[in-house]
Amino acid sequence: MSVHKSLPHDAALLHVSGQARYIDDIPTPADTLHLAFGVSAIAHGEITSLDLEDVFASEGVIDVLTSGELPFENDVSPSAHDEPLLSTGDIHYLGQPIFLVIATSHLAARKAARLAKITYHDSPPILSIDDALAANSRFEDGPRIYGQGDISVIDSAPVVIEDSFEIGGQEHFYLESQAALAVPQEDGEMVVHSSTQHPTEIQHKVAEAIGVAMNDVRVEVRRMGGGFGGKESQGNALACACAIAAQRTRRPCKMRYDRDDDMIITGKRHDFRITYRVGCEENGKILGISFVHYARCGWAQDLSLPVADRAMLHSDNAYHLENIRIESHRLKTNTQSATAFRGFGGPQGMIGIERVLDHVAHRVGRDPLEVRLLNYYQDHQDHSVEASGGSISSKMKTGPQTTPYGMEVEDFVLNQMTADIVDRSEYQSRRNAVADWNARHSILKRGLALSPVKFGISFTLTHLNQAGALVHIYQDGSVRMNHGGTEMGQGLFQKVAQVAASCFGIHMDRVKITATDTAKVPNTSATAASSGSDLNGMAVKAACDTLKARLCAFLVDRHECRHSDIQFKDEQVWIKETAFRFEDVIKQAYENRISLSATGFYKAPKVAWDRIKGQGRPFLYFAYGVSVSEVVIDTLTGEYRILRSDILHDAGKSLNPDLDIGQVEGAFVQGAGWLTTEELVWDAKGALKTHAPSTYKIPAFADRPDIFNVSLWDNENQEDTIYKSKAVGEPPFMHGISVYLALSDAIAACGSRYPHLDAPATPERVLTAVQRVQRHGL
Amino acid sequence: MNISFLLNGETVDLLDVCPTTTLLDWLRDTRGLKGTKEGCNEGDCGACTIIVIDETDVKPLNACILFLPQIHGKAIRTVEGVGIDGAPHPVQSAMVDLHGSQCGFCTPGFITSMVAAQINRDLDHDTTLAGNLCRCTGYAPIAKAATAAAQTPNPPWLQQDRQALASGPSKELTLAQPGSSDALAARLIAHPDTTLIAGATDIGLWVTKQCRDLGDVTFLNAVNDLKIIETTATTTRIGAMVSIEDLRLWAQNSHPSFASLLQRYASTQVRMAATIGGNIANGSPIGDSPPALIAMGGVLELRRGDNTRQIAIEDFFIEYGKQDLGPSEFVQALLVPNQIPNLRCYKISKRFDQDISALCGCFNVTITDNKVTAARIAFGGMAGIPKRATHLETALLGQDWNADTAAACMVALDQDFTPLSDMRASAAYRLNVAKNLLLRYVSDLSGTPTSVREVTV
Repeated sequence: MSVHKSLPHDAALLHVSGQARYIDDIPTPADTLHLAFGVSAIAHGEITSLDLEDVFASEGVIDVLTSGELPFENDVSPSAHDEPLLSTGDIHYLGQPIFLVIATSHLAARKAARLAKITYHDSPPILSIDDALAANSRFEDGPRIYGQGDISVIDSAPVVIEDSFEIGGQEHFYLESQAALAVPQEDGEMVVHSSTQHPTEIQHKVAEAIGVAMNDVRVEVRRMGGGFGGKESQGNALACACAIAAQRTRRPCKMRYDRDDDMIITGKRHDFRITYRVGCEENGKILGISFVHYARCGWAQDLSLPVADRAMLHSDNAYHLENIRIESHRLKTNTQSATAFRGFGGPQGMIGIERVLDHVAHRVGRDPLEVRLLNYYQDHQDHSVEASGGSISSKMKTGPQTTPYGMEVEDFVLNQMTADIVDRSEYQSRRNAVADWNARHSILKRGLALSPVKFGISFTLTHLNQAGALVHIYQDGSVRMNHGGTEMGQGLFQKVAQVAASCFGIHMDRVKITATDTAKVPNTSATAASSGSDLNGMAVKAACDTLKARLCAFLVDRHECRHSDIQFKDEQVWIKETAFRFEDVIKQAYENRISLSATGFYKAPKVAWDRIKGQGRPFLYFAYGVSVSEVVIDTLTGEYRILRSDILHDAGKSLNPDLDIGQVEGAFVQGAGWLTTEELVWDAKGALKTHAPSTYKIPAFADRPDIFNVSLWDNENQEDTIYKSKAVGEPPFMHGISVYLALSDAIAACGSRYPHLDAPATPERVLTAVQRVQRHGL
Repeated sequence: MNISFLLNGETVDLLDVCPTTTLLDWLRDTRGLKGTKEGCNEGDCGACTIIVIDETDVKPLNACILFLPQIHGKAIRTVEGVGIDGAPHPVQSAMVDLHGSQCGFCTPGFITSMVAAQINRDLDHDTTLAGNLCRCTGYAPIAKAATAAAQTPNPPWLQQDRQALASGPSKELTLAQPGSSDALAARLIAHPDTTLIAGATDIGLWVTKQCRDLGDVTFLNAVNDLKIIETTATTTRIGAMVSIEDLRLWAQNSHPSFASLLQRYASTQVRMAATIGGNIANGSPIGDSPPALIAMGGVLELRRGDNTRQIAIEDFFIEYGKQDLGPSEFVQALLVPNQIPNLRCYKISKRFDQDISALCGCFNVTITDNKVTAARIAFGGMAGIPKRATHLETALLGQDWNADTAAACMVALDQDFTPLSDMRASAAYRLNVAKNLLLRYVSDLSGTPTSVREVTV
């Protein structure tokens, strides 16, 4: 079987030789036109005059469009119809597109876009969480509230802690900026090449924008140069602009954002403020907890509601919290519309409770690991013994373990995984070594921390948990495979090809991987929520199973055997002891008029969720992981470095262990970046000052840990997922939290007070926290 | 302008090109070689890295901020041209085998950087790859691939390109490309408003980011007599066209702390293009080298026509955006002492590699019989110009050299500087850390570990 093997990325050889084709690499006809947006220079107000004379006169400009010239819908929102492609006069953030330049070259379009003379009537911008709260500027009428039990227990708890902290947003910084190419066809049809995680939504929005039905628009996506959620909805504007311009000019139109434009125009991860009030026992056992989430959503709704929901759904992380209340405010501000980003709110919710555990441990004077273990859910094995009425040890809890949203935790494994990583990482001896080292060093301090991950897998909007596939077998025995998932580097195409090859028992080189195409598989969900291989793998398997059933029926008839006599393996079809070459069977099937093309469809079972009530089963299962990180900080400057990280991650029975390890490593570094050097800074007027890699600092090569050990937890998914694997895209992002906690641990070594570290923990924030701790003495 | 070069072994002659066309745009849009990617268009991500070969050097450079005239007479290898006889280069194979690519968009730049580093036998991957950003892998598999492919012999095309260079493309210079400092001086007299372009690591952005039309331009890359470092008994004279990377290599022995600072000057790609003259002449308050050069007591040699004059480097910077440089005058060379044992340079930034200073403090204190007998201390990022901390220097003079003195004297920095808050750091942090750097300096000179880089698990 091809599954469970560590094959390289399907396009690896194309990547390393420069042959892999991205949108801007597609050969285009000589008359292709290039687009750029002219954007607002203020964050909030109205346009009072718009003089485009110099834009029109600029060299190479063919046309300039404003909202009035748009032929049909002026909306690129994924949800709420609140996001005009071009401003209709109101300005909601600094960087909002106002007009569209169509020119003969990319540079000509960019140059011209700067030449407009625009005057505005300024309104005071609502920029910060505090601004939005003061103005009651929000999405939805009021806060959402989820929870269970009775949080009045906090009042009578032996230890009560209250605090608040800030968590910054994050720029996706996919290396390939947003791009689209629209090529007009005969009879009003449009072909769109888009760097998008959501081809069907591009198709939908383009159809609305050019006034045609969805069947007149075909969207093709071979690959993205990185997505991370940033290409779930943010590509709509470019694709619609290209299609509108292509319809108008009858020429192919291409648009790609310059990096600075990309960062100024598109949405980022939501920044959060989380306040907490927790009551616990003297040993750190949490009795009750109350969270308030404030999410800064930016100017348009985009995906903010499900993002903020998911933050709430991860407020428990690995901990059984019987008395909990989570209140979530979705605040509307005059900034870029925050959007999906790997974890989709989960990381913010999770760091909330991890911060609480850290704070509690500090207050009660115990190792944070002990306090974490004390509050963990129970492992499934323990739980099943209990449920089946077996002998119940005195340590075991009774009753089901329910999340704050009413879902039972049935697959918990973190007690075992934590024991394993504690052992592998030599946590206890290093804990002592760090303490000894810190006692001997005054300028530099080291810190060590462990953090767990429990991440819910499924789209919380239940109907999205579906996928389709189309599999052809050609008469020479070669297979061409198509499905609704998109490739952004995660290795989805290879994993799904491994599924197809395994189904037919054939070699991988028989399976052709093809671009995602809305004309082949319709009505796809975004490749998001880590769902890619879970959903599309199952859909492809369904299609393959249909084809196999047809082939088997044909063979049963032809060879007078039973279904159970037939096996597809080793490039052959076995009937009892006799083997036939796969291609020969296919040729015979073709000649006997057996259909060799099939669709496949999958919908995830069991999930049902009421987001208003906050009750149900939003997730099919959970993915788990645990990490241990050690850092060193400089108490004179706040500079720091990650010395070592050990990660154990649960990818179920992995479809491709090396590709999954790659996801874990990359996600960890990205997660660590979110919480350390990646700082988004807006000025008082709402201008994003960190809009290029010169000012926005994602981790560089030497920022990976010196020692970096990543292992997979060998554990079949309890649920019936594709070959018992688990989703792996988002969950490991949150291993980065161990770096934040390790920094806090190192800071705590400078004195007696709790560090109260905000994120991102830039050197400046680390130094501020160090001096806060030092001021209050040893 | 007419340009000739070798591209993946093939001679290319271009007539009447716009001199500010970037190599990246030409490769992708004109030549149709799409393997070299645009990630940021400002030399900060490395996705556009190509290899530039001449008789002596093999340099990975960022094609997005490299103008065509800068590659005149050189050989270029892009990702499409690094394979060997139709097979992948061992670096490419290692990246496939060890899963070094995910989305693949940064990969061509990593491949070219790794091939160049491998040819240069530079195995410090943390340094050679600091200028290549990857958002997918977390770098771990790329590091493994770089190590796995480190012992590869040089590709045969290296020798072939060098042979072809000897006979191949025209190296004839136009007037906009002076071939000596004399020719440059004459051109500046004739064209006082021309824009001088050395490595284009800053001016490149005027074109790619500000979309500016530069008007008359003069390329300095053929001014070979200013690429020389000459050492006399006490002083070293560094030509203005010496690259930051060559300066770093020179400083490794004589001024190791300065060399460490220069190692964090942007990235390998930028250090190999950027020049010391450019870093000084553009007058940035956050340039990496000026604070160090001020602390070293460096002297600039300025030239106009046939006249030269010398000026202490701290006097060159008058105020933000204004330097002591007359019409038709240019920075010709820099003079620095050969040995400065107590020189220490501390750059503070959000990210260790390839970042711009929040502040940079450079210390050169002379201690005789445990008393401070001389002090040159300069900071970048603390004012509109790189500037000496004269109040602090005065406070230290004659004092006993210890941490208590430092703690007592560091408040003098309040009088020296009123820094700004910006996206890199707050004013309070800058001043706070500036003071703490004096404490670090005391510890550093006494041999106490002061850098997180010195700690291992």
